[in-house]
Amino acid sequence: MEINFLGHYNYWVVIFLMMTGFYVVIARPNLVKKLIGLNIFQISVFLLYISMGKVDGGSAPILAEGIKIFSNPLPHVLILTAIVVGVATTALGLALVVRIKEAYGTIEDDEIQAMEEEMEP
Amino acid sequence: MNIIDVVLLAMMVITALAVVRMRNLFAAVMLLGIFSLLSASLYALLDAVDVAFTEAAVGAGISTVLMLGTLALTGEREKKPHRPAWLPLVVVVVTGAALLYGTFDMPLYGDPNDPIHKHVADRYIERSGQEVGTPNIVTSVLASYRGFDTLGEVTVIFTAGVGVLALLGRGALSRRRRLNKEDDR
Repeated sequence: MEINFLGHYNYWVVIFLMMTGFYVVIARPNLVKKLIGLNIFQISVFLLYISMGKVDGGSAPILAEGIKIFSNPLPHVLILTAIVVGVATTALGLALVVRIKEAYGTIEDDEIQAMEEEMEP
Repeated sequence: MNIIDVVLLAMMVITALAVVRMRNLFAAVMLLGIFSLLSASLYALLDAVDVAFTEAAVGAGISTVLMLGTLALTGEREKKPHRPAWLPLVVVVVTGAALLYGTFDMPLYGDPNDPIHKHVADRYIERSGQEVGTPNIVTSVLASYRGFDTLGEVTVIFTAGVGVLALLGRGALSRRRRLNKEDDR
């Protein structure tokens, strides 16, 4: 197995960032903080795709005279769609958080769970 | 691979770690905005200019505003977690190690002979100029070749919008007031 440091540097940093977001999602009880973690995870995935699409010596995929090498436009399109969908899902998640705050008076998931257990006989 | 790429990624790592440590949610949201903007600069560097300005406008702009709006309603202090911190850390390290192992089989960064560049991408680059007519290949793919993807995206956004309205809209508000009054009686 050949390990090339520079050839995989982007991917390794992306995995570190992904795991940072993942940690925030599973370790923090605050629901807004969880959504922030989810956003970090999401941006790291975008970065993974865009890194894969890069071609050495290529330029932005816009047709112009004198340019022969382009980076791959396909990941760009997929991620463009994903960014907008990501904001839509974040908005829905935040709306749910606001409703949970109204219903329980807190947005810490351990406190909500304690209240639920109290209510059940 | 160049020095700006390395520096931007390092700044993103620092920002992400600061978000983890921050107990003040207002500061965490602001740092997320910075994180998003750093990623936008990196996209521009990696030739994804359309993605860069979408991320800067939608990711760094709109999601920060939405999060700040939520914080105004829910409070900006995060409480200390009561559960043990080692279990999530173990899960994260194991998952990260598995993903890291996976990268060893990935093609090298920037290599023009990567499999990802060998299928439809060539066709888009060579023929979109004649077939669709816009110089921007990303626009051609988004609006024409993969138009159904965009239709699906619009469906998702519409569904999310309906969901937000159902949760927080005027109808939901008056229903909740009525319920509260009944509770008081």
